[in-house]
Amino acid sequence: MAVTTAPLPTLKPDDFKTDQEVRWCPGCGDYSILAQMKKALASLGIPREKMVFISGIGCSSRFPYYMNTYGFHTIHGRAPTIATGLRLANPDLLVWVVTGDGDGLSIGGNHLIHALRRNVDIKILLFNNEIYGLTKGQYSPSSRLGTLSKTSPGGSFETPVRPLSLALAAEATFVARTIDVDVQHMVHILQRAAHHKGSAFVEIYQNCKIFNDGVFEYATDKSVKADNLLYLEHGKPMLFGKDRNKGIRLNGLKPEVVEVGKDCGLDDILVHDESAEDPTLAYLLSRFVHDTSRDVARPFPEPVGVLRAVRKPTYEELLDARIADAIARKGRGKLEDLFKAEDVWTVE
Amino acid sequence: MIPENGSATLTTPAAEPREDRSSSDRPSRPIQILSEATIRFAGDSGDGMQLAGTQFTNTSALVGNDIATFPDYPAEIRAPAGTLAGVSGFQIHFSSTDIHTPGDELDALVVMNPAALKTNVKDLKPGGILIVNTDNFTPTDLEKARYARNPLEDGSLNNYRVIRVPIAKLTREAVSEFKLSPKEADRCKNFFALGLVYWLYERPLEPTLKWIHEKFAKNPQYVHANSAALKAGYNYGETLEISHVQYQVPRARLAPGTYRKITGNEATVLGLTAAALLSGRTLVYGSYPITPASPILEGLAEMRRYGVKTFQAEDEIAAVGIAIGASYGGAIGVTGTSGPGICLKSEAINLAVMTELPLVVIDVQRGGPSTGLPTKTEQADLLQALFGRNGDSPVAVVAPRSPADCFDMILEAVRIATQFMCPVFFLSDGYLANGAEPWRIPELARLPRLTITFATQPNSEGWNGPANEAAIDGEGGGAGKFLPYKRDARLVRPWAIPGTPGLEHRIGGLEKQDVTGNISYDPLNHEHMTRVRRQKIENIADTIPDLEVWGDPDADLLMVGWGGTYGAITTAVERLRRRGFKIAQTHFRYLNPMPKNTEAVLKRYRTILVPELNTGQLCWLLRAKYLVPAQPVSKVQGKPFLVSELESAVEKVLGLKSN
Ligand SMILES: Cc1ncc(C[n+]2csc(CCOP(=O)(O)OP(=O)(O)O)c2C)c(N)n1
Ligand code: SF4
Ligand SMILES: [Mg+2]
Repeated sequence: MAVTTAPLPTLKPDDFKTDQEVRWCPGCGDYSILAQMKKALASLGIPREKMVFISGIGCSSRFPYYMNTYGFHTIHGRAPTIATGLRLANPDLLVWVVTGDGDGLSIGGNHLIHALRRNVDIKILLFNNEIYGLTKGQYSPSSRLGTLSKTSPGGSFETPVRPLSLALAAEATFVARTIDVDVQHMVHILQRAAHHKGSAFVEIYQNCKIFNDGVFEYATDKSVKADNLLYLEHGKPMLFGKDRNKGIRLNGLKPEVVEVGKDCGLDDILVHDESAEDPTLAYLLSRFVHDTSRDVARPFPEPVGVLRAVRKPTYEELLDARIADAIARKGRGKLEDLFKAEDVWTVE
Repeated sequence: MIPENGSATLTTPAAEPREDRSSSDRPSRPIQILSEATIRFAGDSGDGMQLAGTQFTNTSALVGNDIATFPDYPAEIRAPAGTLAGVSGFQIHFSSTDIHTPGDELDALVVMNPAALKTNVKDLKPGGILIVNTDNFTPTDLEKARYARNPLEDGSLNNYRVIRVPIAKLTREAVSEFKLSPKEADRCKNFFALGLVYWLYERPLEPTLKWIHEKFAKNPQYVHANSAALKAGYNYGETLEISHVQYQVPRARLAPGTYRKITGNEATVLGLTAAALLSGRTLVYGSYPITPASPILEGLAEMRRYGVKTFQAEDEIAAVGIAIGASYGGAIGVTGTSGPGICLKSEAINLAVMTELPLVVIDVQRGGPSTGLPTKTEQADLLQALFGRNGDSPVAVVAPRSPADCFDMILEAVRIATQFMCPVFFLSDGYLANGAEPWRIPELARLPRLTITFATQPNSEGWNGPANEAAIDGEGGGAGKFLPYKRDARLVRPWAIPGTPGLEHRIGGLEKQDVTGNISYDPLNHEHMTRVRRQKIENIADTIPDLEVWGDPDADLLMVGWGGTYGAITTAVERLRRRGFKIAQTHFRYLNPMPKNTEAVLKRYRTILVPELNTGQLCWLLRAKYLVPAQPVSKVQGKPFLVSELESAVEKVLGLKSN
């Protein structure tokens, strides 16, 4: 996104409202995400016409209809490709992709990987409700083991994909997680994603009230969440728990949960470095799972916040450099020289 | 090539041979003047036959012949050496008159091994020249080609003028001073063979020598060796008098102008690049490599300084997504592939149908279904282009009729897509893509204008809200709003691109209310929109030329073709008319919508033959649409029509006739 030179618009969250009736189920986590997005965008100082929301198909993908910006509700799983094409046409836009766990990890998994790998300057928000909402409740690739759904009677027995691990493996330069009901945190993360140069991947835990209610209760219930979440802050030790006395220590290549003061001192606690060039630690964090019914032996607090934020050249920057190079070497192409490149002959 | 005025001119009969005692210091040798000749280089995939053929083509074009070529190569890059599956051929028809096809029969054939002999000799005319590389006729070579006996010794080639040349041995000798490995030395064989054929047809070596210099500039020993092999081949012909006569095919009388040789894929690349320049918009080409469409992606990748951005996508779905996203952003969005890739793109093409965004879809057709015949030509994707999507899904379809016509028709595809906000299919095929002909470089002033305009202002003035009360989300009337589906007289909606202040709006693949673009499941609105989308495509007919009809006004029979079969049909019609048949011909370059006079033209003839490289797709369409008794002439062998095949198809219907 280019910096605009015009005076910064002063926008209020309500300026992003459209006249369309919002049609998610009452209590759906999507409402909160919509509200936080409006707050985040209003703070950016970017005019509305430079913002575009591109989505696939799913409950989550209805999002663009409710944002008074440019919007494109495309087809199942393909939003990253259309967003990429848009960036090629106009590198001056802030382009958001809204996708779901089915849309982004199943049918569109391939595009997700390649958009992240190329570091196209798009902001991908994956609304993870661990279920297919729009098609009325089938298990998804992120559904945890044992998920009961219409297509998994007796419980799902497929190993779920870990969205953050996948994004890191795909060389994503910005990887973060937030939660639908943690409103301030979400606004902050959305702002961070908007400011990141390159592709940003944000997983949002989103409650599907109808088909998967409560899967994230351990992360949202005030009485337990402090023990189950690890709020990441750059440069700060990884502490968590109601009394912030628990932390993460590295034992060789193995992370472990320790109690500060009992098992070790504060100095032994891992310090979070989101800007580390090497994504190995971010990857370790991405595998922290709280729920022991999943494929882990011991519970870990699930990280929220920014796991990784590194600046690398974007696809658009690299392509522009190639174009500039071609023009520098041979001049800007004109019709007159287009046809004459090969051997020609003249008939009188 | 296509004659300037679009009418098929008759070729003059071949000139009588004449003795030409040249007064130069060259040994005087009879020279026979021919009006045209067809030759083919055939060898193993690793023998460099495509290169030899391309060089012969370039030189022939430069000396002023009309040309038409047919490269034919296997799907395997290197099938086991010496086997029948690995044979690669390149056919060139060059002429002093106007020609339209790569030729039915060969006047001369070069074969580098027994497999090439076996698969190609049947196309050589009786009495034709057969140049054989005798070094590759060992018992093992013969066995690989499944020859029980050596055809060079069993008299089976007695019908031909066989010229035996130990090409491998002579090449090695010619390059011996350049310190090449035996393998490298053998790789110069194709230049020796080329030199030999250059001598036979009295062609200059300079264009190829120049090419060798440029191509191998970094490896001087390759420059020397390949040049030496080429000259050695030429001199071998000269000194050993491999033929008692040399041939000359004089320059063709082409319309004045500057020419270059061009293949269909090259013309497509130039047309797309010209579209970017003519419109002043970036052209974004999304593609995933596939034979025979990859050269378009490769060619456009070299066009960065002209305003072209190529994107090698992760798959064909992504490739079309890139193009749609680019169009949405105001660039010219183009995607290109072959049949299997079209299957993958169908859903996304429908998104462009539904949202009414410009999109050009290039299908370089190949033999199908499934992976089919990757390197062979076919025209069997017509109905897929027209109907291969869910719902009532009208798109425009155009098809070039010759390699050079790819330039004009891809510009047309871009024009229609951007003027009518719709997907346009461009149906090329493997034969057009790889075949070459001379192309008169267009005068810049005569290139079409490609004016693209975007909406910049709200457009709701005078609109009083949705007529249909079933509209769910109440958009009232009044000025100052932007209505993304408010149409002009041609039913085209405005193109409003992100970044435009005040026109923020949402589009998508769900059915929408006309004018406002709001999601609508209203039954009557859906029917209305379905009809509007269809009518909009029909309205394109107002902007395309009528069908041209060539031939006899009182014809008994109309030949109807589309796409790459134009050359073969035209030549067949010329020959049949010379033989006294009363025949007319027409050719579709616009398949949807069809030109407005289509019905009137078809209804004039009692007999209609539709030659196609499929089992009768256009024929089926014409019968269904116009209730005419069209009959198919089908060929699905992965090869273009021979002129003779079309002649006999007509004879079968009209009865034999002699002059
Ligand atoms: C090609 C295609 N296949 C299937 C569907 C049906 N479909 C619509 S949404 C969806 C799954 C959505 O799940 P998710 O991405 O998790 O979104 P959610 O509704 O949960 O937000 C499916 C399978 C479709 N629209 N298109
Ligand atoms: S089905 Fe679930 S995800 Fe979809 S709108 Fe309802 S609550 Fe939200
Ligand atoms: Mg979901």
